[in-house]
Amino acid sequence: MLSPQTWSAIALTLELAFTTTLSLMVVGTPIALWLARQQSGYREIVASIIAIPLVLPPTVLGFYLLVILGPNGAGGFFAPWFGLTQFAFTFQGLVIGSIIYSLPFVVQPLRDAFEVIGSWPSEVASTLRASPWQTFWRVKLPLARPGFLSAAILGFAHTVGEFGVVQMIGGNLPDKTAVISTTIMTYVEADQVGEANRLSLIMIVFSFLIILIVRILEKRMKWRLS
Amino acid sequence: MAIVMSEDIAIDLVGKLDQFDFAAKFSTPATGVTAIYGPSGCGKTTLLRAMAGLTRLNGSVKLGRTIWQDDPQFIPVYQRRLGYVFQDAHLFPHLSVRGNLLFCRAKKAKQQVGWHQKLDFDVVIDMLGLGPLLARMPFHLSGGERQRVAIGRALLSKPEIVLMDEPLAALDKKARFEILPYLELLRDQLRLPIFYISHDMDEVEQLASHLVLMEKGKVVANGRLTDLQTDLSLPLARNRNASVDLYGEIANFDKANGLYEIVVAGNTIIVPANFKLKNQHVRLRIDASDCSLAVERPQKTSILNILEGEIIDFLQLNGAEIIAVINIGSKKSPARLVVRLSHYSWKKLDLHTGDKAYVLIKGIAILTQQ
Repeated sequence: MLSPQTWSAIALTLELAFTTTLSLMVVGTPIALWLARQQSGYREIVASIIAIPLVLPPTVLGFYLLVILGPNGAGGFFAPWFGLTQFAFTFQGLVIGSIIYSLPFVVQPLRDAFEVIGSWPSEVASTLRASPWQTFWRVKLPLARPGFLSAAILGFAHTVGEFGVVQMIGGNLPDKTAVISTTIMTYVEADQVGEANRLSLIMIVFSFLIILIVRILEKRMKWRLS
Repeated sequence: MAIVMSEDIAIDLVGKLDQFDFAAKFSTPATGVTAIYGPSGCGKTTLLRAMAGLTRLNGSVKLGRTIWQDDPQFIPVYQRRLGYVFQDAHLFPHLSVRGNLLFCRAKKAKQQVGWHQKLDFDVVIDMLGLGPLLARMPFHLSGGERQRVAIGRALLSKPEIVLMDEPLAALDKKARFEILPYLELLRDQLRLPIFYISHDMDEVEQLASHLVLMEKGKVVANGRLTDLQTDLSLPLARNRNASVDLYGEIANFDKANGLYEIVVAGNTIIVPANFKLKNQHVRLRIDASDCSLAVERPQKTSILNILEGEIIDFLQLNGAEIIAVINIGSKKSPARLVVRLSHYSWKKLDLHTGDKAYVLIKGIAILTQQ
């Protein structure tokens, strides 16, 4: 029912979303912890920088990423470490772009979760001989679990839904960087309306489920700490 | 200047609080309950948090030879062998009662001595009556049950000292009476120093043997409870509920009449009691308003206890009342009572410091064994 090109786009999108989400958890958690604990004025500056992709046209972000990740940019210096000549128009480039673009969607729910938990669980844990590292794994992480879940889902969904950034950095190369959103445009430009319609309907159902799940999780987070 | 014994707990902390400068310097014996008493916002919690290392102030915190802080040295909280009981039980909501109790996974110290040996899981569960609660989640517990679990959790971390920040303040009266006996049990069965914050003098008198009085971020007095209770320069003796705690030993029990004969500083005090006392050593409380003075020993009276003593201090409270301190012990080992009487009687009996007087005691409460 679906064409090989569509299947390839779905597979690539899922691979990109999973890789990005996993990376976002690792990058976003320490940032969120720091933001939740920090009292100084730096806090809002850092939070604002992370939130820029929320308002910036994705093409602007994509343009600068293309410059930075291209062969002459700073990214070109690191590319050989990954066996590449450059990051632009590669899957790795898509991952880097997606991480930056989706970061606010992961940091915000995590920060909210850590702020709701407050400082007492950590203090209690420290009086029970738990080191800061143990406290994170045994207290903060389990208490913030709904926050982690909704952060992961939002990061995942937002990565699936992005268009401008992947178009700019990836170049919509079939089987290499063509994800669902860019493939839909390819179909529309090629007058393959039926194929575009099927892929779009899948996305509508997917989006609905994501929103539903996040809402349920937010309810559970409140219940957990009441 | 008091000599600081090496086993004493010695605190010397300074810092800045919102309202005032904080400065606390004192030492207390590392046994029994030390109450930290003072009005709300006087820095009691700050003191306890700084002792634990939860709040960082400048200075030093020493438990005998164990040094927790001596600037610039600062041992992080999780490396201090302390148990902390917060005002709210603060149980971890994601763990069952059992999970909360077993949260601390600290290895036992190499040499387990004294009470540490006894303090294993079963003993603590038994002592605090936690058995039926083990499988429950904190969400389903009453306030009193939660606080009992919190106390058990602190004890199971095998601490060298327990710090309690008004553990009863958030509870209703019924739960308070439910918890107090457990705290007395801890005090009497474990040789474990307890620092106990309270703004309730009844609680302090019930539990503490040592008292640290605080006001506006400063320690205004520090000493044995009985000494501070009879110090007229301090607010305790001037309080409407002024009373004195005395320690005594049971000499005899007159079963036929239900009377205990208790020896306090060489005096035999008779206390009617309809219950059996387990321990030889008891703690008595005598309220200032339950005592009166006479210059001659009265004959034919229903009052059981008439003790001879010497007036060593007095203070005019207001136009109408006097509070007097009477020593019923010897000069060497004094035992002091406080007596509240009217200014009119004081004048009529022509009483002065140094005079001999008889204290008529109408009511005596036996608190607990100590």
